[in-house]
Amino acid sequence: MNIIIIGCGRVGRTLAERLNADGNDVTVVDTSAAKVKTITNRCDIMGVVGNGATHTVQREAGIETADLLIAVTNSDELNLLCCVVAKKEGRCRTIARVKNPDYSKDAPYLKEQLGLAMVINPEYAAAEEIARVLRFPAAINIEPFAKGKVELVKFRLPKDSPLINLTVKEMAMRYRPNLLVCTIERGEEAYIANGDSRFEARDVISVVATPKNANEFFAKIDYKGRSVKTALVVGGGVITHYLCHILERSGVQLKIVEKDLKICEELSAQWPKYDVIHGDGSDRELLLEEGLQNTGAFVALANLDEENILLSVYAKSVGCKKLITKINRIDYDHVLDQLNLDTTICPKNITSDIILRYVRAMKNTVGSNVETLYNVIQDKVEASEFIVKEGSPIAGKPLAELKFKPNVLIACITRGQDVIIPRGQDVIQAGDTVVVVAKQLGLQDVTDVLK
Amino acid sequence: MNYRIIVRTLGFILLFEAVFFLVPAITAVCYWEKEFFAFLFCMLFCGAVGGACFLVKNKGGTMYAKEGFVIVALSWIAMSLFGALPFWFSGAIPSFIDALFETVSGFTTTGATILPSGAAVEALPKSMLMWRSFTHWLGGMGVLVFVMVFLPLSGGRNISLLQAESTGAAVNKLVPKMRSTARILYLIYTALTVVQFILLVFDMPVFDAVNTAFATAGTGGFSVKGDSCASYSVYSQTVVTVFMILFSVNFTSFYLILCGKLKEAFNLEVKTFFVIVFAAILLITLNLQLTGYGYSLGEAILHSAFSVASVISTTGFVTANFDLWPAFSKTILVLLMFIGACAGSTGGGIKVSRVIVLCKGASHEMKRIVHPRQIKKITMDKRIVEHEVVRRINAYFVAYLLIFVASLLCISFDCADLTTNFTSVAATLNNIGPGLGLVGPDGNFAFFSDFSKLVLIFDMLAGRLEVFPMLVLFLPSTWRK
Repeated sequence: MNIIIIGCGRVGRTLAERLNADGNDVTVVDTSAAKVKTITNRCDIMGVVGNGATHTVQREAGIETADLLIAVTNSDELNLLCCVVAKKEGRCRTIARVKNPDYSKDAPYLKEQLGLAMVINPEYAAAEEIARVLRFPAAINIEPFAKGKVELVKFRLPKDSPLINLTVKEMAMRYRPNLLVCTIERGEEAYIANGDSRFEARDVISVVATPKNANEFFAKIDYKGRSVKTALVVGGGVITHYLCHILERSGVQLKIVEKDLKICEELSAQWPKYDVIHGDGSDRELLLEEGLQNTGAFVALANLDEENILLSVYAKSVGCKKLITKINRIDYDHVLDQLNLDTTICPKNITSDIILRYVRAMKNTVGSNVETLYNVIQDKVEASEFIVKEGSPIAGKPLAELKFKPNVLIACITRGQDVIIPRGQDVIQAGDTVVVVAKQLGLQDVTDVLK
Repeated sequence: MNYRIIVRTLGFILLFEAVFFLVPAITAVCYWEKEFFAFLFCMLFCGAVGGACFLVKNKGGTMYAKEGFVIVALSWIAMSLFGALPFWFSGAIPSFIDALFETVSGFTTTGATILPSGAAVEALPKSMLMWRSFTHWLGGMGVLVFVMVFLPLSGGRNISLLQAESTGAAVNKLVPKMRSTARILYLIYTALTVVQFILLVFDMPVFDAVNTAFATAGTGGFSVKGDSCASYSVYSQTVVTVFMILFSVNFTSFYLILCGKLKEAFNLEVKTFFVIVFAAILLITLNLQLTGYGYSLGEAILHSAFSVASVISTTGFVTANFDLWPAFSKTILVLLMFIGACAGSTGGGIKVSRVIVLCKGASHEMKRIVHPRQIKKITMDKRIVEHEVVRRINAYFVAYLLIFVASLLCISFDCADLTTNFTSVAATLNNIGPGLGLVGPDGNFAFFSDFSKLVLIFDMLAGRLEVFPMLVLFLPSTWRK
């Protein structure tokens, strides 16, 4: 695919490198010749120096033949303008990074009116990721489907889990969970689960469920990585705002430590249910006083990477069970790995991950109608989200009567606001969104799953 | 310094060269020449050495700019050494230094020869003549660029290879992927070569047409005839003139024309190039007519156009012995030798774009004497030329002059006259071929001592690779771990 990336900051650079490695034709645009040069020297991509929002520069970068334009400069307005200009010229899809909460609240409107394929807010994405980790700290990976209504959760079965040696059918009889076991990974092998699959110790299991049902299930099987009840957050920045908003209806109780009195007052006024502490988050006594040792999770969201890392290391030393550390620079992540910081969150990396996933889905789906695509198990199992069209052969019949290919699973059906974890008697209707988990890669349409 | 990656890539290049030997080998079969065995042996030898080098495992590590430059310089040297073997083995050229000179002259698209007379050229076996012309064609666009067409070289930093091998101050990719860029360049190059062959084949034997097309495309200048292009018809000479000029235009312009962007294709460099060409033809024609040299007006235009095209494109074909022309005409030709072709073409010389930047820089510096605080940026086609590029062009120019002077001094031990020495360095460093005096259109480079020949060999390689890749080899810090 031909991809134009406007803005050679950290996100632009990461995207360029990774998209190039995926075999796309990438052109980067930036006003700084030095930045463009650094990246074109490192990767096999083309560079154009100039203002990416101008038509001339976009033409020079080949907007006529581009499939996708990604605007990730520092300025929200510029990013949006880039996308609007590109839309006028070409047939390409556009993605804009928008940081300002004023605009990102308008994201759906912007998407529709300006014809954007995606509006991404790095801080919001980071907050979502933190919220997911807080809800289910032991998960290896959590991927949202159907606009976040359903999640695909991957976790490892501990040695003493009550599920061991049960088949999926027996497990369903015993616990009656409202979820679907999708895949079982055992060593190098990966299976699509069916009723007779048996769980073994150290298996990596992936299940599809709503966040609430998933939590209930993990409580039932006594999985030790249950949702945390309390979290101590240092720093009251934008991510914290978003985090408060996302966790508002969950059971997680936040305690926020922030130096700036004004921010404290704002937070407290907006979310009275949370404890807002006015104080220096790097004050050891204060943290201990506010119960660092007993909190379910410690979330370091201060501005400085160094401060966050240091605080997390300290929290670990006093026995805090779950650490989440925000880090802006990820160049030295292998050193951080040695510190055993649990979960590190890098907003810029999350941004490039999300865009990358979109591009991969887009690439895999030229001429097909996949909504989202996610690698459940690298290069082995894919989960794809489809919209079922009118008159599709898969619609209108109970699932039990349809003839599916082997190693294919309909994992979830979304109808409007409702989520259905499908059973044999469920019927897919036109207009539904279905998630298909399959060992066959590159499904083009939902009908591909039928024999 | 990552030696493994260098050895591996060199091995890879030699494997390709072994395949290239197929072209003369097949020619030898067609003409039933015993030189086939020389080529077969060289092919096996080259393949064996290349294969052995290629087996060296790359233990990780990336190709940085320095590795890129060293690989380009060394692969050109290695290719020339192996390319000289057929001439030497078959006894066509008995001295190895002479054989090397001839091969380097071929790969660097110089076209300077050590063959003692016109008759000696025609006495060479057809397969040898074919190999000479084919080295021109390969060297013109660059061998590493050719390799890139077929295989992605390891690492993502191949831009340094393209930078070191292609001509001009700043490389611009045509499309994001290096491999696609290389492919487009070679497609345009091949297509133009084929068109020229078709136009020529009506008027001369197939063998002559193929060789002339190869030598013109690479802006080389080796001919299969003793008198270069003099005995061909006016039609053929005109075709060659036109194509010599075409091959010295920036290939990016051809690509832009194919994309329908005519305005961008005719940029400042291309326009300047054509102005220089037409001005030079006009001046030389007038000079020849006014001094009563003895040509008719038609002949004067034909010969001056051919010579100007031949010299500015740094090809070096000859239809008339310009050594006998009036001093003014000769001087213009010598000046054209230095200017050379456009950047991004197959021609040599300093390159028109560099000359433009140098002149603009000088004029800005002059204005700054009058207005010391004036800020002036050098622009081309309304685009600022980055300071780094200007700096590199200045450094290139100084290094170029130093090499020129040093070479001139080195070869002056052989007792040729100053005109000969001066133009032989100019003709090799700018990859033209013939100069004036003893190395003029009727002369050759055979009389030089082996030492002088080695100096000129270095000049040819330095000229083709635009000085720096060759000089980097002599920098001690290049070789430290």
